[in-house]
Amino acid sequence: MNILTTSLTVTVSFILGLSAHLVSAEEATLNPVVNEHFITQLGIKADEKLGQQMWQQKFKRKGVSGTGVRSCTDCHGSDLSKAGKHITTGKIIKPMSPTVNSKRLTKVRSIEKWFKRNCKWTLGRECDAQEKANFLYYINSSSSF
Amino acid sequence: MKNTLAISSIIFTLGFLSIPVVQSDSDFSWSLFKNKSNGVKVVRNELYEEECGGCHMAYAPGLLTERSWTKVMAGLEDHFSDNAELDDDSFKQISQFLNANSADKSNYKRSQKFSRNINRANPPLRITKTPYFIREHNEIPDRLVAKNPKVVSFSRCTACHKNADAGSFNEHDINIPGFGRWDD
Repeated sequence: MNILTTSLTVTVSFILGLSAHLVSAEEATLNPVVNEHFITQLGIKADEKLGQQMWQQKFKRKGVSGTGVRSCTDCHGSDLSKAGKHITTGKIIKPMSPTVNSKRLTKVRSIEKWFKRNCKWTLGRECDAQEKANFLYYINSSSSF
Repeated sequence: MKNTLAISSIIFTLGFLSIPVVQSDSDFSWSLFKNKSNGVKVVRNELYEEECGGCHMAYAPGLLTERSWTKVMAGLEDHFSDNAELDDDSFKQISQFLNANSADKSNYKRSQKFSRNINRANPPLRITKTPYFIREHNEIPDRLVAKNPKVVSFSRCTACHKNADAGSFNEHDINIPGFGRWDD
């Protein structure tokens, strides 16, 4: 093969290789134990976009402290690759994205705990199974590329 | 020669024993010489630190009496306008830990001060509302705390008390961000 063919082959392979990375990032899989507990065993089809919507949503809450409007972003922010900050105590909250923070979305018990506390604080009620699944898919994919 | 040695030994021993007397303002534990120690006892509990140290510092149990801790634990669904609910098992373990190490059970000097003059019928929920805390902080102007973006609240002990995690609230270890050391 001459130089032209070689360099063409290398370039095409490189681009293909990059594309594969793109594809795999979009389909970054959830931790299998977590996936089983929140999604598979319940036969849910998770919707990442709805998860993102709900994450950004501002919930009007009557009779609560502060502005009366609450959102996940209040403490966690909108960019899940960055650290958040507790709205009252100022404590730094490590990033939600599993790509940046490998401890995220690994323990079912911990995830359920935070869903309970934070859905009740933000929404005024517990999140249902579909909402939890949507959130998990959103958080898990938020890191990509 | 023998007498000189005996006298020197006595003087040396006396000098050595006077160290805790001279150093009594420090928060170091000279447990060889006395039962009580200054500061607040550092008691580690992994579960407590994980469950209760995620949003704020894991406050030492020796800062509140048992009645206060019980009251705090009974209201986790509305924990100072946040939700800090625990599963049953964690609740029991943490309650036991807090009550066993509360200020009224401690032989540490500062804990004993924290447990004084507490209204038993209506114990404070906040460390910052205990009589001892209020008295110790009543000369500090607003601009150093609430109006200071690097401090914001008295509840953030570690903002100024640089050795709070080690149970020490000695005034020599205080450094108020944007202001400096605090001299009483």
